[in-house]
Amino acid sequence: MKTTRREFLALAAATASAALLPVPAFGQGAAPRVVVVGGGFAGVTCARWIHQADPRIGVTLIEPDTTFTACPFSNGVVAGLRELSAQQFTYDKVAAAGISIARTAATAVDPSARTVTLADGSRRQWDRLVVAAGIDFRWGALPGYDEKAAAIMPHAWKAGEQTLLLRRQLEDMADGGLVVISAPANPFRCPPGPYERASLIAYYLKTKKPRSKLIILDAKDQFSKQRLFQQAWTELYPGLIEWVPLSKGGNVTSVDPATRTLATDFGKHQAAVANVIPPQKAGRIADAAGVADKSGWCPIDPVTFESKLVPGIHVIGDAAIAGAMPKSAFAANAQAKVCGAAVVELLRNGTPSNPKLINTCYSLVAPDYGISVAGVYVPTNGQLADVPGSGGVSPSNAPRPSRAAEAVLADAWFKTITDEVFG
Amino acid sequence: MRRIWAAAIVMSSIAAAPAVSAELPAGASSCTGCHPTSTRVTSPVVRLNGLDQAQIVRALQEFRAGTRTGTVMDRIAKGFTDQEIQAIAAWYAAQK
Repeated sequence: MKTTRREFLALAAATASAALLPVPAFGQGAAPRVVVVGGGFAGVTCARWIHQADPRIGVTLIEPDTTFTACPFSNGVVAGLRELSAQQFTYDKVAAAGISIARTAATAVDPSARTVTLADGSRRQWDRLVVAAGIDFRWGALPGYDEKAAAIMPHAWKAGEQTLLLRRQLEDMADGGLVVISAPANPFRCPPGPYERASLIAYYLKTKKPRSKLIILDAKDQFSKQRLFQQAWTELYPGLIEWVPLSKGGNVTSVDPATRTLATDFGKHQAAVANVIPPQKAGRIADAAGVADKSGWCPIDPVTFESKLVPGIHVIGDAAIAGAMPKSAFAANAQAKVCGAAVVELLRNGTPSNPKLINTCYSLVAPDYGISVAGVYVPTNGQLADVPGSGGVSPSNAPRPSRAAEAVLADAWFKTITDEVFG
Repeated sequence: MRRIWAAAIVMSSIAAAPAVSAELPAGASSCTGCHPTSTRVTSPVVRLNGLDQAQIVRALQEFRAGTRTGTVMDRIAKGFTDQEIQAIAAWYAAQK
């Protein structure tokens, strides 16, 4: 039966676009197979959603790590407010829920044969592939910044050892030291992340090393929740944080790890601790699968999250170009559910209905001071666009108890979403 | 989430006959990013499963109108029509 199916697939692939391939219809006995690459918020949510929606669909999750380390709230680890273990989750419950997990990396994708190749050379067949590849760094895009430099000037933009490295450097720094954060141009993972990080590092400095200073060198002139962050910095950390926008010489043009120096067109900044958040792109398997465009990110259909470049492959989470939706864990989780439902529907030869998606993203400016941005999105002209009149950031005139409430809600969000995904 | 999924499974077995959508109403699947479905999670955010439909509708309409104080729901509710609010509320009210 397998041979017949392979022959059929080969014939179909040779004669027609893969998009026109009939799915292995449920009624015809063959159980459809979905392979999900990437075990983060997007990938795990999607795998579980598909499996639970229809257990007849065989779902394999490809993920080399045995432990997931969550990025949201990892700025709290950097600032010594929580431990890395609070960020870590195993895949045990995911496997127990019926997801087959291949603990290895995906190295290649053949869209016409509908296979994904694993690190050991074996292949997995799929009827629908979901790429939840997250991000990779554009090593070399910032002169002087490569993987070796990251051991001295940590990015800490994938949570784990890098998070702890940045924390240790801050702990080892003498009072009066200069911390420099280099923030990249859009798009990148977690748009408010660099500014939350600056805030929580400032909280640490104010508490433990009050003569120190923090400079943000930014490749942009605007950033997420800008007014709220800047208002809070004035209120909580006067004189401690300096934000240098692009137009004032903020764009970092090269770095020198030997001296922890960051160069801009306007001058040089020698840091005691340098946190370089480098330019990014979709995780490398996206490129291997042919679903990333020249921008390095993956254009998708806003209804199904199917790649606009390669039929049969869906892209969700940070790797996707999701229009107005930011690259956040909440968005990844929301997209994964919509994509999962669409994949199930497509495997039934049905037509996925128009979705509506929500994003909510909290940032902590201090442990008891939270701010948020929220949005509601619908497919509009082939992209996900804001529903007019909806969404926005926390009010700038909100009283302090409201900021405290948002800090509590941020914590509750993390517990809820990580339980939904990994619990 | 198990409970939502359990419901989804029931729906999918119905869907297996002709083409009936197993999907939640538009927008509903995003809610559980913040509103816990599992009773394992302690959260100040209300669990929607099994809530009275009219109560959910009223809350969303008041958030949307700005007559109920919220932190994020006032901003989110503005993205939903009456019809969508009714559908989402009906769906969550039917969950256990």
